[in-house]
Amino acid sequence: MDKIIEIQDIHKTYRMGDIAVPVLKGISLFVGRGEMVALMGSSGSGKSTLMNILGCLDRPTSGVYKLDGELMSNLSADQRAMVRNRKLGFVFQSFNLLPRTSALDNVAMPLTYTAGHLSEKEARRRAAEMLARVGLGERLDHEPSQLSGGQQQRVAIARALINQPPLILADEPTGNLDSRTSEEVLAMFQTLHQQEGITIIMVTHDPQVARHAQRVIYIHDGLIVDRLPGQDDNQAEVRP
Amino acid sequence: MRYAQKSWRTFRTALKALLRNPMRAMLTTLGIVIGVAAVIAMMEIGAGSSASIQKTIAKMGANVLDVRPGAAASGGVTFGSGSTTTLTPEDADAIMRECSAVRAVAPLVHTRAQVVYGNRNWVPTFIYGSTPSYLDVQNWTIGSGVSLTNRDVANGNKVCLLGETLVRELFQGENPLGKEIRIKNISFRVVGVLGRKGANMMGMDQDDVIIAPWTTIKYRVTGATLSDANQSASSSSSSSVNTLSNLYPSDQPSLYPERSDVQAADNPMPVRFTNIDHILVSARSAGQIPAAIDQITKVLRERHRIRPGEADDFSIRDMAQMTEALTSTTTQMTNLLLAVAMISLVVGGVGIMNIMLVSVTERTREIGLRMAVGARAKDILQQFLVEAVVLCLVGGSLGIGLGHGGSLLVRMLLRWPVETSPAAIAAAVIVSASVGMIFGFYPAWKASRLDPIEALRYE
Repeated sequence: MDKIIEIQDIHKTYRMGDIAVPVLKGISLFVGRGEMVALMGSSGSGKSTLMNILGCLDRPTSGVYKLDGELMSNLSADQRAMVRNRKLGFVFQSFNLLPRTSALDNVAMPLTYTAGHLSEKEARRRAAEMLARVGLGERLDHEPSQLSGGQQQRVAIARALINQPPLILADEPTGNLDSRTSEEVLAMFQTLHQQEGITIIMVTHDPQVARHAQRVIYIHDGLIVDRLPGQDDNQAEVRP
Repeated sequence: MRYAQKSWRTFRTALKALLRNPMRAMLTTLGIVIGVAAVIAMMEIGAGSSASIQKTIAKMGANVLDVRPGAAASGGVTFGSGSTTTLTPEDADAIMRECSAVRAVAPLVHTRAQVVYGNRNWVPTFIYGSTPSYLDVQNWTIGSGVSLTNRDVANGNKVCLLGETLVRELFQGENPLGKEIRIKNISFRVVGVLGRKGANMMGMDQDDVIIAPWTTIKYRVTGATLSDANQSASSSSSSSVNTLSNLYPSDQPSLYPERSDVQAADNPMPVRFTNIDHILVSARSAGQIPAAIDQITKVLRERHRIRPGEADDFSIRDMAQMTEALTSTTTQMTNLLLAVAMISLVVGGVGIMNIMLVSVTERTREIGLRMAVGARAKDILQQFLVEAVVLCLVGGSLGIGLGHGGSLLVRMLLRWPVETSPAAIAAAVIVSASVGMIFGFYPAWKASRLDPIEALRYE
């Protein structure tokens, strides 16, 4: 299988003064092109750190990370920014849309940092196309405050798609949504995954959400485990 | 093309970001608006005042150059400035005609003699012979009556203008206009009274003066007859002017027999020109004085046929002290305004920095997001810098409008002299852009140094 993500023995250690705090203690995993994977783990398990490394926002202390066949572990900050722009789409728990900015401009925003080969008109056309794809073709000029949570997250997904990345990283994409709109968003991910062959990695602690993925990776205490402690594979965990 | 598109997009992004919070953008830029408005208004009003001060000082004669004949020397003994007789009225005409930096020219002859009216007499400090342009050169006005005319000069008419002091001394409240006074027994009709001028910088009473056509003074009063002045002129023409006015004819017995016209034609004698004592020249402005001096020197050397390397047979004096006073007044004024301008712009800049810092903190998540979708540190730095510069430029242009309007208002309401200064406007634009750069840099740099992970998590 064509591997889009390949990490080997990733360690990440934070330093708090003199004390070294290991967060990731040797993680190796592969994600195939076109897969839809859920990343589960309790808070403090290191899943966010792993996500940051996968998203090229952070660098591992040691280990090898290959994205789309290219070695990411030793790129400079600016090079990583370029990789994020071209190969990755981010979807966040809190949407992170620019306030008082139309949906269209929000979606077109990442194009600012792509090489300026696109004209303003072309950029707007592409952004409108993306919004139509997530079912918001009628709301191009709406600002985030005029949209519901589900709509806002769809705008965010459109933004993640604007550069046609092969990989989308979603960090708790349904964390701020009710169950109905969660379903909408997850259905959208599934459509993208099935119809366009986009690889999707979702971080979640909700087994309901994780169920939409083809594969679930459990992380506990900085390591990949087969299952989370005290949790049955098919049973939803009840969290306080 | 590509670059232009990219910068246009950056500019648009900055503008949109600013318009997301228009109230704050407005308040931020207020400091710059007020600063630039103050600069423009001060500059325009200041330039106006400066111009009017310059005009006043120029009235005192700062622009006047005094051209004198050079010193004669004989066997190592020099006789001081003005002892040669090389300046001619034609020199004055040539200077007026050929020197572009010259506004007005007046030939001048002077003498000292007793002036009599009725049973009173007085010896004025100056009896000047000149042309009507003398008043122009000296920035002098006629108090009452009329000025001399060019015809008076051409004809050697016996008319004169009196200074205030003479009017007081000779007429004692009587109206002097149309009265006849006598200078060396030659009667002059008073056609005008000069405006009061007071003492000059040396403490001399400038109103103690009579001004008459230079031809009249030269040929009738100082006794230099035309035959004296121009020895080659035929004696027949000289006597006609001479005998007309001399009560006591100064015809001395001639040493040599008179030459006939045939003799004169056969054996011409070197022409001796009518000489005058000074040429007063008024430069167009204080700044033009050096140019005027150069041009006059060139014209006179040419006219006097002085070879390169030979010394001038004339000297030119300027009112260096006055010019210096004028220049230092202007410079000081400009510096003062500049200091005020700098302070207000710095205050405005600090305001911008303040708000930009707040804005960076407030928009931490936005910065994190932009970094996550591929903005490099450079892009973030650029965005915030452009925002600051756009703010400052918008503030600057508003300020220019406001300042210009303010100075127009001052001119209309207070009738102060105001001068539009394109230099100040250009400076304001440049300065406000640089204030944006300088004070926008720190917040922008701070924004660009944010860690995207931290920034995205920032609450």
